[in-house]
Amino acid sequence: MPSLTTLALSRGRVELLLFVRDRRAMVFTFIFPVMLLLIFGSVFNGPVGKTAGVTFSQYFVAGMIASGLMYSGFQNLAITIPMEREDGTLKRLAGTPLPQAAYFAGKVVLVLASLLGQVVLLLGIGVAFFKVTLPSTPAKWFDFAWLLLLGLLACTLLGVAFSTIPKTGRGAPALVSPIVLILQFTSGVFFPYNQLPSWMQHLSALFPLKWLCQGMRSVFLPDAFMYTEPAGSWELRRVALVLLAWIVVGALACATTFRWQRSDER
Amino acid sequence: MGEDLAITVRGLRKSYGQLHAVAGVDLDVHRGEVFALLGPNGAGKTTTVEILEGYRDRTAGDVTVLGEDPAHPSDRWRTRIGIVLQSTSDNADLTVGEVVRHFHTFYPAPRDADSVISAVGLSEKTDARVRTLSGGQRRRLDVALGILGDPELLFLDEPTTGFDPEARRQFWDLIERLKAEGVTILLTTHYLEEAEHLADRVAVIFGGAILEVSTPANLGGRAGAATTVRWLEDGQTRAVLTDQPTRTVLELAGRLDGGEIPELAVLRPSLEEIYLRMIGAAEGSQP
Repeated sequence: MPSLTTLALSRGRVELLLFVRDRRAMVFTFIFPVMLLLIFGSVFNGPVGKTAGVTFSQYFVAGMIASGLMYSGFQNLAITIPMEREDGTLKRLAGTPLPQAAYFAGKVVLVLASLLGQVVLLLGIGVAFFKVTLPSTPAKWFDFAWLLLLGLLACTLLGVAFSTIPKTGRGAPALVSPIVLILQFTSGVFFPYNQLPSWMQHLSALFPLKWLCQGMRSVFLPDAFMYTEPAGSWELRRVALVLLAWIVVGALACATTFRWQRSDER
Repeated sequence: MGEDLAITVRGLRKSYGQLHAVAGVDLDVHRGEVFALLGPNGAGKTTTVEILEGYRDRTAGDVTVLGEDPAHPSDRWRTRIGIVLQSTSDNADLTVGEVVRHFHTFYPAPRDADSVISAVGLSEKTDARVRTLSGGQRRRLDVALGILGDPELLFLDEPTTGFDPEARRQFWDLIERLKAEGVTILLTTHYLEEAEHLADRVAVIFGGAILEVSTPANLGGRAGAATTVRWLEDGQTRAVLTDQPTRTVLELAGRLDGGEIPELAVLRPSLEEIYLRMIGAAEGSQP
């Protein structure tokens, strides 16, 4: 039997081919975040908080990179998997010897590639126009790496788990996109987190995006900025714990709810 | 299960609440045979086949396909069966070649990708995106994906829907080649001519149950059914229904002084006529 690695790479290749040939996905994954960055970064270019030398655009880049995980992982999968269920892709694959794990591995390849593309793009623009600096120490690069990894796993698993909810492919964006947007607003992507009302802070602290944003800020903003965070520090250990908890939730939800076919076809 | 049986079904039931889509079906499909399942829409054909393919759960009954229960197959089971699905719009932005070569990676001992594309008549479309194919061309791609893994058992669900007559003939040739290689084929179709041409045996399913299993020649008492003898006499088409067509023709020949009988035709009832009679009778006996 073909090895799981061969199959995962085969699926990954096809996922990437379909992705770059999908104009809607390319626009929403790359052009949209870049546009947001350029607009917000140019309009709100003033200082944020009392820390010297930190502008809102720098703050915003950190939040947009965290959002990239939501776009690539959660949003993309929660929309395209229902579409694949509806157009017969999943049914056809279910009739072949392809293991489910290989299908998911292909999705992970896709999410990873689109995430890296976003990060390069956003960081590139941030460094070029908005005085964003790359992580300054090896420790910060290490934090960046595990934040991306845990964030990737959490968002991918949650995206796959959520994909069982939309009943049709066409209805999925209307369900998924508002969730992503609301999370972005309430997790401190578009507005500085410490300026949000405390009930909103408490609500968004239940979800991974707020913590991912916080982690990304620890990587890209000077440490002096941490005093504007709710706990007065970056709380990286807590960030990791929250992400791990969501990974477990996502994995359990996938294992128990994911189906190749709609329930009325079984 | 006997070694020569590809599929055995005993007491198959599938119910959705009060709706009994399949209400007690028994079937045997022998290795190497082409078996056609006929029946109107809603009769339980698709449900039965999807249970055999492992897509649907069953409510009750024993099912064995290539020695395994499709509800709990081994990893290898799906390498031994091929399913030709009615496609909708998947893989639309891949080319034909890309799709076939991709699915090729799933199987331990697949057929050569280019030969499969050629066998279904899509060689010229290898670099065309699936989105640009016509309905009939998409069906050919579905068939290519079904036979790619070199299966022992092939499920064909209404395979020639939307084909022109020439394409249908080419498809029949392909099926006959597969059969000659020993592939077992389970076919559902609405084209009775297709069932007659391809199938070794047919089963008619109606209201979730099998009405009859027989050869196309014998279904519904076809072999002994009355034959129509038709000819032209005095400018008018005449026809008689008879159980002894040879005697009728001889009488005719005698009457017309041994010359050629104009427009003589000796017509056994077609499979379609027999099938429609069976379905009509079954509908009539429904409460």
